[in-house]
Amino acid sequence: MSGPTGIYLDNNATTRVDPRVVEEMLPFFSEHFGNPSSIHSFGAEVGGKMREARARVAALLGAAHDTEIVFTSGGTESNNTAILSALKVAPDRREIITSAVEHPAVLEVCRHLAKHEGYTLHVVPVDAQGRLDIEAYKAALSPRVAVVSIMWANNETGTIFPVEALADMAKEHGILFHTDAVQAVGKVPVRLAETSIDMLSLSGHKLHAPKGVGALYVRRGIRFRPLLRGGHQERERRAGTENTTAIIGLGKAAELALVHMDHENTAVKALRDKLEKALLDSVGHCFVTGNIHDRLPNTTTIAFEYIEGEGILLFLSRVGIAASSGSACTSGSLEPSHVLRAMGVPFTAAHGAIRFSLSRETTEAEIDQVIATVPEIIGRLRTLSPYWDGDAPRAEAFKPEYA
Amino acid sequence: MWNYTDKVKDYFFNPKNAGVLEGADGVGEVGSISCGDALRLMIKVDPETQIITDARFQTFGCGSAIASSSALTEIVIGKTIDEARTITNQDIADFLGGLPPEKMHCSVMGHEALIAAIANYTGEELADDDHEEGALICKCFGVDEGMLDRAVRGNRLTTIEQVTAYTKAGGSCKTCFEKIEEKLADINAAMVAEGLLKAEEAYVYGGAAPVSAPAPAASGLIQISPLAEGAKKAQAAAPAMTNLQKIMVIQAAIEELRPHLQADGGDIELVDVDGDSVFVKLVGACAGCQMSAVTIQGVQQALIDKIGRPLRVIPHEARRFA
Repeated sequence: MSGPTGIYLDNNATTRVDPRVVEEMLPFFSEHFGNPSSIHSFGAEVGGKMREARARVAALLGAAHDTEIVFTSGGTESNNTAILSALKVAPDRREIITSAVEHPAVLEVCRHLAKHEGYTLHVVPVDAQGRLDIEAYKAALSPRVAVVSIMWANNETGTIFPVEALADMAKEHGILFHTDAVQAVGKVPVRLAETSIDMLSLSGHKLHAPKGVGALYVRRGIRFRPLLRGGHQERERRAGTENTTAIIGLGKAAELALVHMDHENTAVKALRDKLEKALLDSVGHCFVTGNIHDRLPNTTTIAFEYIEGEGILLFLSRVGIAASSGSACTSGSLEPSHVLRAMGVPFTAAHGAIRFSLSRETTEAEIDQVIATVPEIIGRLRTLSPYWDGDAPRAEAFKPEYA
Repeated sequence: MWNYTDKVKDYFFNPKNAGVLEGADGVGEVGSISCGDALRLMIKVDPETQIITDARFQTFGCGSAIASSSALTEIVIGKTIDEARTITNQDIADFLGGLPPEKMHCSVMGHEALIAAIANYTGEELADDDHEEGALICKCFGVDEGMLDRAVRGNRLTTIEQVTAYTKAGGSCKTCFEKIEEKLADINAAMVAEGLLKAEEAYVYGGAAPVSAPAPAASGLIQISPLAEGAKKAQAAAPAMTNLQKIMVIQAAIEELRPHLQADGGDIELVDVDGDSVFVKLVGACAGCQMSAVTIQGVQQALIDKIGRPLRVIPHEARRFA
């Protein structure tokens, strides 16, 4: 079965598994299939390979100890585990701090806890560039707070938060600090041993490992309660027979990510910048969202005003270009991206926001083709828009109402 | 990604009748930018024949919104104003070979634009209309937040079972159970705050049972079934029947359906008819079948078609809620 062909610029959604990762995994399906907990020889090799994987992930995170890595099913499980654990180990602290632009795997968990389990939730706002309101964050810190969960980098705009500094501030109040780093790990250098970060979530499929595997970093010495019980695996922090092949794949992917870290921050960044500049120059009435001075090197989200994102994606898809949108219609909800809304991006622009997320596999020829394709698509959709007239927004505002 | 039909894709990629219609006789503008949908429909009408001779659209929206708008223009051109009034959103969806459930609101927007454009042409006042709104809650039966809200408020519903009996939401696969629970608790809480419901009657998330089940409001049922349109159309054509005639017709219709259910090892019995509520008992393989809600839905549609009246078919076990 041959896969789809085309230009893949949706690497913040998921990445292609690197063929070197696949190669590393293959023997562990049918040859070395043993359970690493078994005493016999079938399990032995698997156990050794898992130790290597753990060391590789620890190296990518700059962790002080390999045992700080707990393998999970992915970013969502890691986030849930971290937040729920932090609440359980500090029953007298009944407050949670998070940001307005978190992934639902954090934000929905926190909202659920606030709504149904009586926790007080502080949602720290962001400014128009997507930067965290540090004063609001400071004001929310207190000994009543059990956990802070703030992402390292935003999945939609790529904006990076100063999590090391935020963790230091939380520590002064004895608060556990968790960061959802699924977008940051592998794209920006991480040196956890030198920070006050207590827990960190990462996801395999965002860094060229398979889906369904991830890890939670749990700093040595902090109190922890598992989400899943019923087995001694992962030092009793995550019960269940390990997804050995995927974990071994994640180990290899972590090793490759370290190798490519420079490339990601030079070559990939240069391609992203080229794409962004060319589109801003050739298409009017559009702008880049997020903090352009501090963001992931592979991500740009451009809001094309007066048109809706799904239409753009359908046209792009027809010519083999894969990207994603903050529009409501691609998700089935009726609200556009909560991230862009939190930044105060107007509805006429938020619905037309398109995220291009590159990877180390993106080529210059691909970027050139996207640059050559996008302006015509935008122009075409604008001719259909009631907000558009000729080559500019309509003079009198279009203000429809439901009948 | 959405499973769009080829016709939806064709009408999106190559929309017909897009753009401004100069000198339009009627213009309808509907939608809401916050929801990401907005449509302007422009029509030209021959004053002698009342035939819509041309129609054009401009749409801000997703692929299916643009396709629905374009389809609408194709449907109305050549029709008289009176004929155009009978077009429903389902006609737009059918023209396109169907729309994903989450995208049916695109056809609703088209329908509303048509009503608005006709009203603009004739100079009529537009009545307030309950349009679909909010995220889809139950995919099996196409129940969204707006419909749920109207059903809960209109009938003072306070249990999940009542919500299912009135709207069908959660009546089949039940994957939306938590969403219904959450919504019901929120709406009940709002009703308590507004003084419409006693606090002890309100549903509480997590299932703490209300102290006493309240009687449904005395006012008539609010028909919010996805079949409401069809039922309304059918109603207009139906002559008045006595209760006895109605029961006999329903009984006859059910007799006709039984062989289909018996073929699957099940059966159905008519238990009672109360106004427009038909209480039935599913037996054999149908009882407790995961698809029983779908069966009930099918029976309801068949009865509406046969009898030409809006009816609700309700499992008799749910009678205490109805």
